[in-house]
Amino acid sequence: MTLNLHAIRAIYIFEMARTFRTLMQSIVSPVLSTSLYFVVFGAAIGSRIQEVDGISYGAFIIPGLIMLSLLTESISNASFGIYMPKYSGTIYEILSAPISAVETVIGYVGAAATKSLILGVLILITARFFVDYEIQHPFWMAAFLILTALTFSMFGFILGIWADSFERLQVVPMLIVMPLTFLGGSFYSITMLPPFWQTVTLFNPVVYLVSGFRWSFYGSSDVGVELSLAAILGFLALCTGIIWYIFRTGYRLKV
Amino acid sequence: MHAPVPAIEVRGLAKTYPDGFQALKGVDLDIRSGEIFALLGPNGAGKTTLISIICGIVNPSAGTVRVSGHDIIRDFRAARSLIGLVPQELTVESFESVIATVKFSRGLFGKPRDDAHIEKVLRDLSLWEKRDNRVMELSGGMKRRVMIAKALAHEPKILFLDEPTAGVDVELRRDMWEMVRRLRESGVTIILTTHYIEEAEEMADRIGVINHGELVLVEDKTRLMKQLGRKELSVHLQSPLAAIPSALAGRPLELADGGHTLVYSFDAQAEESGIPDLLKALGENGIDFRDLRTRESSLEEIFVNLVRARA
Repeated sequence: MTLNLHAIRAIYIFEMARTFRTLMQSIVSPVLSTSLYFVVFGAAIGSRIQEVDGISYGAFIIPGLIMLSLLTESISNASFGIYMPKYSGTIYEILSAPISAVETVIGYVGAAATKSLILGVLILITARFFVDYEIQHPFWMAAFLILTALTFSMFGFILGIWADSFERLQVVPMLIVMPLTFLGGSFYSITMLPPFWQTVTLFNPVVYLVSGFRWSFYGSSDVGVELSLAAILGFLALCTGIIWYIFRTGYRLKV
Repeated sequence: MHAPVPAIEVRGLAKTYPDGFQALKGVDLDIRSGEIFALLGPNGAGKTTLISIICGIVNPSAGTVRVSGHDIIRDFRAARSLIGLVPQELTVESFESVIATVKFSRGLFGKPRDDAHIEKVLRDLSLWEKRDNRVMELSGGMKRRVMIAKALAHEPKILFLDEPTAGVDVELRRDMWEMVRRLRESGVTIILTTHYIEEAEEMADRIGVINHGELVLVEDKTRLMKQLGRKELSVHLQSPLAAIPSALAGRPLELADGGHTLVYSFDAQAEESGIPDLLKALGENGIDFRDLRTRESSLEEIFVNLVRARA
C-alpha cells in the first residue's frame, strides 16, 4: 500500500498553520495558566506543604501538571481540528479526496499531538524557572509524553467526530476529563487518600498516566510503571479500534 | 474496435437514506469522455445524491460506479484523483488565505506542489490579486470562485459543478461558462447540474433529466431539441372561426383564443415547414388575418412537459 504523502503533508501543514495563527490561545495561554499553578502551588502554598515521597511539593506536581495540560490540549486540538470542517461543511473535500482513513488520521492526529508535545516541552522549560526538578529516566519521560499526546489526540479526534454541536464538543472535556485529571493524582500521591478512595482511584485511567510519568522524573510511583505503560497502550489500542470502526461504517461522516 | 472507456459509468445505482427516503432508484448512466453533460431535474430529484455518490461523499445502497474504468470503492484512489468537485453549498475555510486553501486542495488530492499551476488557476478565476486575503473577507461570488479554484487545483480530468450558477451574478456566470468551454477544449469532462435550463441549452452536449430518483431521459441536446422542439405559428384572424374549415382539415391545426387564433404546429428542424401552403390555403378560402407569430418551444418547456408527463 502506498500512502498519499502529499495529502498527509497538506492536512498536517494546514492544521499546524491553524495552531500558529492562534498562537495566543493554543500555546501562550496554557503555558501561562500552568505557570500560575507553579506560582501558587509550587512557590506560595507549596513551601508550606511537607515533602511527598521525599520530593518537594513544587517538584512533585510538575509531572501531573504537564499531564493535565497534555491531556486537555490534545483532546481540544484534535477534536476541534476535525469538528470544524464538519461544522463548516468543508469536510466534503476530505471525503472526496483520494485519501484513506489512515492518512486522514495521521494528518489530523499527528498535528494535534505535535502541538501538545510542543506545549509539554514548553511547560517543562517554564517549570525550571520556578522549581528544581530532575528527570531520572529521560527516555521513558519522552515515551510517556509522546504516547499520551498521541492517544489523547486520537481520543479528541473521536470526540470531534461524535460531537454534533459546540456544546457537546465541550461537555466531555469539562465533565469527564477535567475531574478525572484533577482526581488522578496530579496534586497528591494516592497513598495520601483513605484506603477506600485509594481503591476507587484505581479505576481512574489518568492515575496510571500521572504515576508513570512521575516515575520517569523521580523514580517513585503510586502504581507499577509496567501497569502505567500497559494502561496507556491499552487506551491507544481502544482509540485505534474506535477510529477504525468510524471509518469502516462512515459513522457521523457519511450516510 | 473497443468502445472508448466512459468517463463515468453508473450501473444500477440506488440510494435509500436512513430515514427511508429513496433518493435514487436504480440509475444507469454513461458519461462520455470529454463531453459537457447537464443533469436537469427539480429540487429533490436526486441530482446531488448522484454526484455525492460518484465523488465518495455518500455511500451507495446498491449498484456500481466506475470513473475512467476505476471502481469508486475498490479503486477509490485512482477514481477520486481524476475528479474535481464544486459542491452546491458555499463552504470555505474562512480563516485561511485564498492561496493556502487552494494549495491545500492540491496536496489533498496527492499532487506535488506546483506554484505555476496554482497561479494560473487563480489568474483564470480573477483571484490572483486576492490571493493573500482571508477567505472570509471575500464576497459570495468570490468565495464561489475560490471553490472552483480548489476543485481545479489538482488538474482533474472530470469536473462536477453542482448548481454552479445558483445565486451568482451575471459577470461570474459569463466567466464560468467561458471557463467551462476552455476546460472542455483541454479535454476535461464536465458534469453540471442546474435548474437554469438556459444554462444547459447554452452549454451542454448531452442532457439527462432526473426526477424522483430515476433517470427519465438521456439525449443529445440538439437531437432532443429536434425531437421534442416544436415550433408554433399563431395566425390571428380578422373574424373568429367556429370550427376549422374542411378545406384545411388534415393539417396540424388548432383553434385557440375563442376562435380568434389559429395555431399551426410544425417541426422546427424539418425542411418543409408547410407555412407557404397553409397561407395560400387561407387566402383561397377567404380567411383574413391581422398578424402572424412563430414560437419555438424551449428546453424549459420540454423539460416541464417531461417531468409532468412522468410525475
